[in-house]
Amino acid sequence: MAGNGGSEGLAALRRQLEALERAGRLASAVLPFGLAAIDTALPQGGLALGALHELAGAGPDAEDGAIAAAFLAGILARLAPPRPVLWCLAAGDLYGPGLAACGLAPERLILARAQSERGVLWAMEEGLRSAALGAVIGEVEALPSAASRRLQLAAEASGGTAFALRRWRNGERAARQRAAPNAAVTRWRVAALPGALIGGAPGIGRPRWHIELWRCRGGVPASWMVEACDATGHVTLAAELADRPEAPAFRPAFAG
Amino acid sequence: MLAATVGNRRLVTAADAAAQAMGIAPGLALTDARALHPALAVAPADPVGDAAALVRLAAACGRYSPWTAPHGADGVWLDITGCAHLRGGEESLAAELVERLAGQGIAGRAAIADAPGAAWAVARCGNAQIAVVPPGGARAALAALPVMALRLDPVVAMELERLGLRRIGDLYDLPRSALAPRVGTVAMQRLDQALGAAPEPLSPLPPQPPRWVRRRFAEPIATPEALAAAMGGLLEPLCRRLAGERLGARRLVLRLYRVDGTSAAAAIGTARPSRDRRHLLRLLAERLVEIDPGLGIEDMVLAATAVEDLAAAQVKLPLSPRRERVIPEARGNVLPFLESQKTARQVARGMLAAEGRERDGTDPAELAALIDRLANRLGSAALCRLMPQESHLPERAARPAPALAPMARAGWDPERLRPVRLLPRPEPIEAVAPVPDDPPLFFRWRRRQHRVRRADGPERICGEWWRSAQAAAELRDYYHVEDEAGRRFWLFRAGLYRPYAPPRWFLHGLFA
Repeated sequence: MAGNGGSEGLAALRRQLEALERAGRLASAVLPFGLAAIDTALPQGGLALGALHELAGAGPDAEDGAIAAAFLAGILARLAPPRPVLWCLAAGDLYGPGLAACGLAPERLILARAQSERGVLWAMEEGLRSAALGAVIGEVEALPSAASRRLQLAAEASGGTAFALRRWRNGERAARQRAAPNAAVTRWRVAALPGALIGGAPGIGRPRWHIELWRCRGGVPASWMVEACDATGHVTLAAELADRPEAPAFRPAFAG
Repeated sequence: MLAATVGNRRLVTAADAAAQAMGIAPGLALTDARALHPALAVAPADPVGDAAALVRLAAACGRYSPWTAPHGADGVWLDITGCAHLRGGEESLAAELVERLAGQGIAGRAAIADAPGAAWAVARCGNAQIAVVPPGGARAALAALPVMALRLDPVVAMELERLGLRRIGDLYDLPRSALAPRVGTVAMQRLDQALGAAPEPLSPLPPQPPRWVRRRFAEPIATPEALAAAMGGLLEPLCRRLAGERLGARRLVLRLYRVDGTSAAAAIGTARPSRDRRHLLRLLAERLVEIDPGLGIEDMVLAATAVEDLAAAQVKLPLSPRRERVIPEARGNVLPFLESQKTARQVARGMLAAEGRERDGTDPAELAALIDRLANRLGSAALCRLMPQESHLPERAARPAPALAPMARAGWDPERLRPVRLLPRPEPIEAVAPVPDDPPLFFRWRRRQHRVRRADGPERICGEWWRSAQAAAELRDYYHVEDEAGRRFWLFRAGLYRPYAPPRWFLHGLFA
């Protein structure tokens, strides 16, 4: 009995804490990942809609932004399916077929090319204010905390979801700017992992990613090894790599 | 050649120069014409279409004079009182008009005179293609023309001819009282009109209703709030006028005239015709902040220079409570002034709004409004969609298309793995590959060495031979490689492997 009363009291205390953290805002809708491992780490069991999320690549992907874009495409494929999404960028190298393979249909994607990062941030805000979009993505290098606060407020007021995809021109700038604080509700880092072999056959198997949720408001940071998203945008947990030996694809006829 | 059915015969109504050279004139029966020349191209006459075309021609002549009217089946009257000096004189105006018509394939004759009747006579029956009758010289110019030039009934004309009066000059000195009972008062009236003694007013085409609004200020204004309020006041009557004509504006131009005589202009464009006051006001406000009022603005003109049909839209009842717009800290202080004219309500409805977004579909008008705002600030080429295009070449498989264009039916092939990021230009790399068709062992890109652990390929993509010979010679073998760290790249070798030339390798894309 004491245990029962204790757990009820604990649940009530937890709810109070959540209400305090949200500071009186209403609970927002969520987009679950479909993976219990990830969903339990996020507050309210999924990616919060009506908020700003930050996504960056770790290591060499900080400059490429390929894995981050694919991960984001998988999320967008499942977020309010028929609604269009606005992708604001300054450098144009997104490739439609690659995004379509992650589940983001070409009729949903609207690209906005801005001349500078200020233009990208402005376009993101305009997109959030409109009720016509499902989500807004902006590729920025630096996300100052004032700008992120504005985006977060705009997202909360209108219910749209904003994603800030951070890409740097070189590793040095990445190291300097990546850890700066901002108002994003969740901050992710994705990196590449060697792919899984399919039945021991040579060739590239299913790509794998290392996803790290390193800052989460109301949740606990965690990291996972997942397989890349399939055509519907869902990621799945990867089996452990520990007991699988590395196998080269082919053996060269001569040494060296 | 045009033929029409008159009574129970088919007659030729119009013949071109070649047919007339062979002796086929309007009025000839079609069978006779066919007997003259068996292989004739005959099209049915369309008098209704011809009349409409003449009205359009008269409207197009509005560039020379605001007072134009079509006449008969193939004539246009222009009242060029006070307009001739704009074109460098009457002669050059007439020459320009005829030249413009000739450029469109219309053979024309023009004549300028004091009275419409005289001009008609000289144009139809005169000798020159372009004739200018000097003021007061109508009498002399008309004297030599045949009587038909007075626009008379054929019966009356025949009567005059029977009387031996073949030229207009013969009629000048005859007593009216003797002629009138024979030929009727109409002939006399026509003569008087041609000489300018009797009035002949032209009734012009109804003018286009002006789609611009102008406001003058008693005191010049220069503050942003006042400018914004004035602009809002101009937009109201313009939108009402557009609504009355069931039109929507595609392009609006706002012109501000300063007290020192200079002027500034701002223009906005929309992707879809719109007469939504709020939307247009928002677009104009962004442009307004860029204009320098100088010493003050005393005159403001807002014109809709491009309009399109826009039917009235059904008002939709919202299913979920509408979320309110957050008022931003504006550049300048134009926007808060505009938005605060309504009562400002800021309620955070995150959950309800998000649920509403899940349920409802996209409102196309809202999307068009957003595209307009983005395009007016970033440029219309900045917004695009990636449209699938049927092409093997990866850089041509996705082409940018306007944001609101309908999507192509065929999508991309899901079986072919394509990278998420494609470099705008393939970057040359140094790669070492063991045998002709095997993937590289290691390569060097952007001063970094990558050792290839696994690879897929090759995928051969040939150039599009139907575009050019140079394109046909292109050949690429694409490899999907993964390095030790797990990064995946898309490389290709340009051309086949040749033993005497080092192969050229490029990096084209980055996989997830």
